[in-house]
Amino acid sequence: MSEPVLIGEGMTGGYGGADILHSCTIAVDKGQIAVIVGPNGAGKSTAMKAVFGMLNLREGQVRLMGEDISALTPQARVRKGMGFVPQNANIFPSMTVEENLEMGAFIREDDFRGTMDQVFELFPILRDKRRQAAGELSGGQRQQVAVGRALMTKPSVLMLDEPTAGVSPIVMDELFDRIIEVARTGISILMVEQNARQALAIASKGYVLVQGQNRYIDTGQALLADPEVRKSFLGG
Amino acid sequence: MELLNAIVVLANFVLIPALAYGSQIALGALGITLIYGILRFAHFAHGDIMAFGTGIVILVTWWLQGQGIGLGPFPTALLALPVGIVATVLYLLAADRTVYRFYRKVKAKPMILVMASLGVMFVTNGITRLIMGPSEQRFADGERFIISVRDFRDWTGLAEGLAFRSAQALTIVVALIAMSLLFWFLNRTRAGKSMRAYSDNEDLALLSGINPERVVVITWAIAGTLMVLAGTLYGLDKSYRPFTYFQLLLPFFAAAIVGGLGNPMGAIIGGYVVAFAEMGITYAWRRVVGYLGPEGWEPAGLMQILPVDYKFAVTFGILVLVLIFRPTGIFKGRTL
Repeated sequence: MSEPVLIGEGMTGGYGGADILHSCTIAVDKGQIAVIVGPNGAGKSTAMKAVFGMLNLREGQVRLMGEDISALTPQARVRKGMGFVPQNANIFPSMTVEENLEMGAFIREDDFRGTMDQVFELFPILRDKRRQAAGELSGGQRQQVAVGRALMTKPSVLMLDEPTAGVSPIVMDELFDRIIEVARTGISILMVEQNARQALAIASKGYVLVQGQNRYIDTGQALLADPEVRKSFLGG
Repeated sequence: MELLNAIVVLANFVLIPALAYGSQIALGALGITLIYGILRFAHFAHGDIMAFGTGIVILVTWWLQGQGIGLGPFPTALLALPVGIVATVLYLLAADRTVYRFYRKVKAKPMILVMASLGVMFVTNGITRLIMGPSEQRFADGERFIISVRDFRDWTGLAEGLAFRSAQALTIVVALIAMSLLFWFLNRTRAGKSMRAYSDNEDLALLSGINPERVVVITWAIAGTLMVLAGTLYGLDKSYRPFTYFQLLLPFFAAAIVGGLGNPMGAIIGGYVVAFAEMGITYAWRRVVGYLGPEGWEPAGLMQILPVDYKFAVTFGILVLVLIFRPTGIFKGRTL
């Protein structure tokens, strides 16, 4: 098997104190969507934060395109090509949509107008609202701003922590469509999702975590079809 | 005629002085609000560092005056401003290095930083008194009036006179320029936007690659510049005394909180609200009412709500009212 774009392999660790992750492995291939699902407290977000360098790993390593990045800070990982959209507080509320995107491109020295146009094409509503303060937008629009901000660095991997938390079902479908579009541009996507069913439906790979360990790893379709996964994690 | 006289009296004793005083408060409150927005603590050393910076400006002004260097009709202090600003910014950065940076690193609670700034306040207070002494110092020179009372009366033939002092005009003009430049910086430049981003969402700013230490340095530099401007203009308009400058802390904080902490536009509006309230409530309205009311109705009393000595009570009252009824200020800022 070829090396995935991003892999957190055999990750063990926590926020100090007891370990939350136990030899947990998460990987995503180029242009594909990998989804982490699992019950509450399974360590889904923790696994993603571990991949992004927001907690210390006792064991295991994280590789981005074959390079070991385990020792890098989250900021350094952004420079290496990782984009991260936190679950909460993922925009600059008093700044305009356009300024939010500009701040996303803060580390870029080159002209980022082109990237901004791409983001506006992906999320047309943001073009209309680009002079409006991001904090005044609706929940779904804010999420688009947040994803757009992370896309401004032209990352090779985009990590989303529960992008559909707190948005209506219609907006959720819309967001998933956009995420598929982002993946089609060749950006790998790793996301944690509460809405397991919909998320697995668009996932090329699904990771079911239980108590910080990998329980099932398979394609999204296979997991959806697996009666045991359905019964335990998808509510029948 | 009566109405014109009333307007002239009001402008002479309330409107113009309050506009100048409000500009000085606004400049100080802008510093308070920026430091609160970025460094997330109430900077209690503001007034005393303002006294320190203005002290440097005064020393340089005296030296320049001794050398016979001046600006003609303009006060020599304008030439000394850059020196005072550089010295103050360096002083603030030194304080940041030796005091505040440690508490930032250990992620101390804001209250601890406030107490640290109180310490810086006492030290600065001592240094200023060692250099400048505790008493009043004069350093204003140049043309004193743009319009004097006598000239105004001669021109207009009105019974009431109006004086427009050059220090007041200078205050208003310099404050306007400084505020415009600040807003241009915050809204148009990369560094300014990174400051706003950091104030909005610290973690996301870090993720976006914004260097917090750089943001902190820029913040001190701007705050220091505003302090020296406010202090020098106040000194030219009124007089310089370290203790008076310390007392300005109250109107500064009141203005910043009235406007909404962390909001620069709020600080400016708040500055004028505080100034006009102080002036309006402590002004004796007798003559204005005398001109406006019918003949022979001139009130016997002064029509003064509070004596001038109580002007800080007015500010304090506004502060308390705002904290009770609208703790986030006019423009939604952060609560303390």
